[in-house]
Amino acid sequence: MPNATFFLISLVKCGVVLFVLLTLVAYIQLAERKIVGRMQSRVGPTRVGPFGLLQPAADAIKFILKEDITPDSAHKFLYLLSPALSATLSMLAITVIPIGGGTVRLFGQNTPMQITDINVGLLFILGVTSLGVYGIVLAGWSSNSKYSLLGSLRGASQMVSYELALGLALIGPIILAGSLSLRHIVEAQQHYWFIVPQFLAFLIYLTAAFAETNRIPFDLPEAEGELGAGYHTEYSAMKFALFFLAEYINMITVSCVATLVFLGGWHGPVFGPALLRAILPLVWFVLKVCFFLFLYIWVRGTLPRFRYDQLMAFGWKVLVPLALGNILVTSLIVGLLA
Amino acid sequence: MADVSSIPVAVSGVHVETKGKHLLLNMGPQHPSTHGVLRLVLEIDGEVVVNATPDIGYLHTGIEKSCESKYYQQVVTLTDRIDYLCPLTNNLCYVLAVEKLIGMEVPRRAQWIRVLLNELSRISSHLVWLGTHALDIGAMSVFLYCFREREEILKIYEYVSGQRMMTSYFRIGGVALEPPLGMLDRVRAFLKTFPDKIAEYETLLTHNPIWLGRTQNVGYLSAADCLAWGVTGPCLRAVGIPLDLRKTNPYSAYNEFDFDVPVRTEGDVYARYMVRIDEMKQSVRIVQQAVDGMPEGPFKASAEGIVLPDRDKMKSEMEALIYHFKIVTEGFKIPAGEAYQAIESPRGQMGYYIVSDGTSKPYRVHVRSASFGNLQALPRMVEGRLLADVVAIIGSIDIVLGEVDR
Repeated sequence: MPNATFFLISLVKCGVVLFVLLTLVAYIQLAERKIVGRMQSRVGPTRVGPFGLLQPAADAIKFILKEDITPDSAHKFLYLLSPALSATLSMLAITVIPIGGGTVRLFGQNTPMQITDINVGLLFILGVTSLGVYGIVLAGWSSNSKYSLLGSLRGASQMVSYELALGLALIGPIILAGSLSLRHIVEAQQHYWFIVPQFLAFLIYLTAAFAETNRIPFDLPEAEGELGAGYHTEYSAMKFALFFLAEYINMITVSCVATLVFLGGWHGPVFGPALLRAILPLVWFVLKVCFFLFLYIWVRGTLPRFRYDQLMAFGWKVLVPLALGNILVTSLIVGLLA
Repeated sequence: MADVSSIPVAVSGVHVETKGKHLLLNMGPQHPSTHGVLRLVLEIDGEVVVNATPDIGYLHTGIEKSCESKYYQQVVTLTDRIDYLCPLTNNLCYVLAVEKLIGMEVPRRAQWIRVLLNELSRISSHLVWLGTHALDIGAMSVFLYCFREREEILKIYEYVSGQRMMTSYFRIGGVALEPPLGMLDRVRAFLKTFPDKIAEYETLLTHNPIWLGRTQNVGYLSAADCLAWGVTGPCLRAVGIPLDLRKTNPYSAYNEFDFDVPVRTEGDVYARYMVRIDEMKQSVRIVQQAVDGMPEGPFKASAEGIVLPDRDKMKSEMEALIYHFKIVTEGFKIPAGEAYQAIESPRGQMGYYIVSDGTSKPYRVHVRSASFGNLQALPRMVEGRLLADVVAIIGSIDIVLGEVDR
């Protein structure tokens, strides 16, 4: 493939993904406010545009226009770096996520429906999301505020602990698929979804994913009841918006991974004329991801928050042993059947 | 980075003793979970609280002092503002104290109306407590559900007294106005739906493992500590001491009502939660009885020169018009003496101590507020607990800073 075309294709794909991602984040947030509103017998945003549909735009404008404050005693460089780090790393993880099995024709080339197809996609995602904790730690430390510091300490220990359970939960499906490539893992689910043989791993993954993205009931790093806003207490305007963005992109990432690894990705009944056949896999994929995103919102409307020590105990004493046991049983069965 | 242990502890002159080289964390007065403007100086080791020093006074209103420059009947409006989550309870305690000072008998109907509204106050106060307590622990929906039901009670307040919050409805000798027609129907409508709503809160919380984990064995206070620190109300009943002034020293018409005093023995945050939930159910019982058996009769005592005369009489009798004019412009004199009246407020024992020097304005009004006593036990409860528990514990003692500072 000539270099120029390759760059052009990558650029176009990045542009499309970025646009879709940012729009999605904006509207997930609107959906969250609407759905949680309904759950709490409120209506949510209704004033900006029809049914409040322009609310995300209004929010974005607000974030841009807000005064950008840097505390005097903050470590300026790290204070600036950490939101950028959070947002960048969260977006980086999206690059290896395939959204369909086929290819699209772009500038005379057939190219897969993902920014880049690497054969250790899953490992890459785990690695990049692990790095995301630096954004939180540095934000808390560089703000030079006690509440931020406590929030970032919590964030660091929580993410490191749950990263482990998250990774271990994914090993079962990896053993079944025999590959780390997300594309291969989805293709291995042609006949049955991995949620069936790996139901335990699915539950562990789901729980750890909630913790990984700092959502209720694991939103301790930003527990507003205790720490103000946790690690981003001192942030305002677009810097805060970047943290916000990172949190929602992370939600999308873990939902995509859950869909790809456990729910068969884009597999689903395909029927009808050629055009419909081409679109349906994408529809199934999006629907499955939306299901997970709805789950996030639903849980937020229902559950209280864990305490720090309970969270750690749950991670290390329940999730990690369960995940290890799951790996053992899975590998034994796979080994015996082989 | 600056030295994290340097904190302006002397800002309001609170004396903080540290127990070693730990981080001092200034929690409040601007903090989402200190329920108003409580300031806590926490000495923490990691996330473990070594020592807590509450600092109060950020909501000092000078109400007790203001009372000395008001006529007796005018003080009622000030009492609303002391504990703004149950204004009617404050009204009641004050008017009872003055009535005790005068030695006045209040008609039975007025007493029943007072009980009815007072128990609605208890429910609405507990609803605010439950909502904010749950919100502090992260259960956001419960907060909005509670405020939804509280809204219904505020509507009843408004219907009855014309005001949603600062009701000032009780008067020395009775209540301000004849309750509007249909009040009882509104209360009945509320009673019909409310028990289901309590069940709804309980579905979300009572057996929720996360809720249990956050509240059980947290913020333990022994019975001896409670008595030593003057802790009253649901916090005291959560350690197994069934002290409820409505039962032990009945005032108004409480001895005519049939209700239980919920008691738990664990003494932790969960026990306080259960006591208050059960109290709401008991309050529903009391309100139901008040609605069903509301007696007929006058809504205020007929005491010339103290209680305002009926509007009808003012139009036909000269004396009534004169009394009305005199009371409004000059107040009424009360013989020198003193009286103390304590009642069971949603937060515990609320007491008004009134000294009269024979003029038409009180010489001294002192309020014994439940929140103040309960707050004193806070350092004991949070010591050795995690930071997140502090929030749960503050929520569980249900303080209102307006009442703490007065």
